[in-house]
Amino acid sequence: MSSLSPVNPDPTAPATQEAEPLIPRDRPFSRRNLVQAILGGYVPLLLATLVVFLPLLWMVLSSFKQPGEIITMDLKVLPETLNPENYRIAMTTVPFGQFFLNSTIVTVAGASVKVILAILTAYALVFVRFPFKNAIFMLILVALMVPPQVSILPNYILISGMGGKNTLWGIILPGLGTAFGTFLLRQHFLTLPNSILESAEIDGAGHWRRLWRIVVPISVPSIATVGLVTIVSEWNEYIWPLIITDRPETMTLPVGLTLLQNSESNASGWGILMAGAVLVIVPILVIFAALQRYIVAGLTQGSVTG
Amino acid sequence: MTRQLAPLPSTKPAKPGPAAGLRRRRWTQRTRRDFFVFLALALPNLVLIAVFTYRPLISNIYYSTLDWTLGSPSATVVGINNYITFFSSDDASKVLGTTAVFTVVTVGGSMILGLLIALALNAKVRGTTFARSAVFAPYVLSGVGVGLVWLFIFDPGYGVLAWLLRGIGQQSPQWINDPQLSLVMVILVYVWKNLGYCAVVYLAGLQSLPQDVMEAASLDGANGFRRFISMSLPLLSPTTFFLLITSLLSSLQAFDLIRIMTPLGTGTSTLIYEAYLQAFGAFNRAGYSAAISVILFAILLVITVVQLRFVERKVHYS
Repeated sequence: MSSLSPVNPDPTAPATQEAEPLIPRDRPFSRRNLVQAILGGYVPLLLATLVVFLPLLWMVLSSFKQPGEIITMDLKVLPETLNPENYRIAMTTVPFGQFFLNSTIVTVAGASVKVILAILTAYALVFVRFPFKNAIFMLILVALMVPPQVSILPNYILISGMGGKNTLWGIILPGLGTAFGTFLLRQHFLTLPNSILESAEIDGAGHWRRLWRIVVPISVPSIATVGLVTIVSEWNEYIWPLIITDRPETMTLPVGLTLLQNSESNASGWGILMAGAVLVIVPILVIFAALQRYIVAGLTQGSVTG
Repeated sequence: MTRQLAPLPSTKPAKPGPAAGLRRRRWTQRTRRDFFVFLALALPNLVLIAVFTYRPLISNIYYSTLDWTLGSPSATVVGINNYITFFSSDDASKVLGTTAVFTVVTVGGSMILGLLIALALNAKVRGTTFARSAVFAPYVLSGVGVGLVWLFIFDPGYGVLAWLLRGIGQQSPQWINDPQLSLVMVILVYVWKNLGYCAVVYLAGLQSLPQDVMEAASLDGANGFRRFISMSLPLLSPTTFFLLITSLLSSLQAFDLIRIMTPLGTGTSTLIYEAYLQAFGAFNRAGYSAAISVILFAILLVITVVQLRFVERKVHYS
C-alpha cells in the first residue's frame, strides 16, 4: 500500500506514470486519516492488549494484598504496601522452593536431551543414507499428531511399574522422544546448501564433524527455536507430573500450585494463590518477552507453508 | 525429499566389469557404514517415540477390554463391555455433549476473534509488533497459573467481575456451582488463552496475500469490507483450514484449565477429562478410562485423516 507516499514534489525528477495516484488520497496527517488511524488502528490494538494484560496485572497486584484488602465489597485496585507476606506464606504452606528446583531440573534436563535427540535424528534423516527413511519420517509425523493425553494411563502403568513414581526421572523420561523438534529441524536442514557439506566430505570430515562443525553452527536460530518452545512446554507440563507424583518432594510448580490451591480454599487465600501463580507464570513471561520472536515462529510453524 | 537413497546391495547377480566391481564395493562399504551411523544417531529418539507414543495406543486398546481397577493385580476380560457401558449410560450423552459444545465454541470463538485481532494487527500503525507479542503471550503461559487468576476474577464474592456486576446493580452468577455456567467460564478462559495463536497465524496469512491483487481491487473501487469478504477471506482459506484442524485437535485435548477451574468436572467433563477422572479420580476404573481414551483417539484420528485428504486436494485458490 502506498497511501503514505506523497506525490513527488520535484518537477525535475522523472515522474513516472505509475507514481501518479489514480484516486484522490488524503494527505497523511489530515484529520480524516488521523481519526481513521485512531478508530481503526489504535483502539482495537489497545483493547486487545488490555484484555491480555489486565488479568495478569491483577494477579501481580493481588499477590501483595492482605486478606482484608481482598475480602471487601469495594474494590481496592492498588495494594496498600508491597508486602511480600503472601509469598512468604505460600512458600511455607507448601515447599515452593523445592517445586521451583524440581521444575528447573525437569525443564533443563528434559529440554537439553530433547534438543540433542532432535538434532541427531534430523541430521540422520537428512544427511545419512538409510533405507526406509521416508517411512520413518512418516512415523515421526504421525507421532506428532498423537496427543500425549491419550497415552497417560499406559505410561503411568509402565513408569510406576519401573519404580518411577515420585521420581524426577519418572517425570522426564516419557516426554523425551521428540517428534516436534525432529520435524522442525529436518525441514530446516533440508534447506541447507549441499555444496558446503559435500566439500567438507571431500576434505575428509566424517558425519560427526560435519554435524557439529557445520550443520549445528549454521542452524543456531532453528535450534534456538526448538529449544525455547521445548523449555516453555516442559515448564508448563501439567497432566503427566500431576499423575506420576503425589508427594511434595518431587512435584513440579504447576502441580505444587494445585496443592496450594487445595490448602488455601477459602476466600482469604486468594492473595497467597496469586503469589503462587506469579511464581509459575513470571519466569516464562520473562523468557517470552526477551525471545518472543523465536517462540512465536516455532509455535506457528507450518501455518504458511501451504 | 530431494535426496536419493543409496542403492542397497542388490541380490541380483550382475556381471560387472572390474571398475564397476570396485565401485560397487566402495558403495557397499559406505552404505554399510552409513547404516550404522543412522542407527546410532536416530535410534534413541525412535525407541523413545515407539515406547511412549506408539505402544500406549495399542496398550489402551487392550486395557479397554478389561474390567480392571487401577492398582489391582487382577483383571477380567470383558470384551467390548466397557464401550457398551459408556454408550448406554448417561455418561455418553453428557460427556459427548460437553465435548461438542466446548470444542465448537472454543474453536469458533478463538478463530473469529483471532481473525478480528489479526485485522487490527495488520493496520499500518505504530505498536503492532508489541501488540502482536502481547496478544500471543497467554498462549505460552501455564494453564494452571492462568486458570487460578481467572478463577479469582470470576469469584462470586470478591472477584473483579462480581464487583463490576454490582456496579450495574447485578448479582454475580454462581460460576462454580452451576454446571452450565462452569462450562461457560472455562470456555471464556480457554478462548482468552488461545486466540492469540489464531491471531498471529491469521496475521501471517494476511501479510502473505498478494498485494498487487488487493491494490487492483481497491483501484476498481472495492471498499475495505468488500475486499475483505470477497478477496481476503477466500484467499485465506488455507490458513483457516490449518487453524480449524489445529484448534480442533488442541481443544479436544484441553485439560489444564478444566482441572484447575472445575476439579470435579461438573458440567465441564469432556472426553479427555472423563478419561482422567475415571482412572485417576475416586473409582480407579482403568479399563473404562482406556475405552474413553480409545474413543477420543478415534475422533482425533478421523480429524487427522480428513486433514491429510484435504491437504492433498489443496484448499487454496492460486
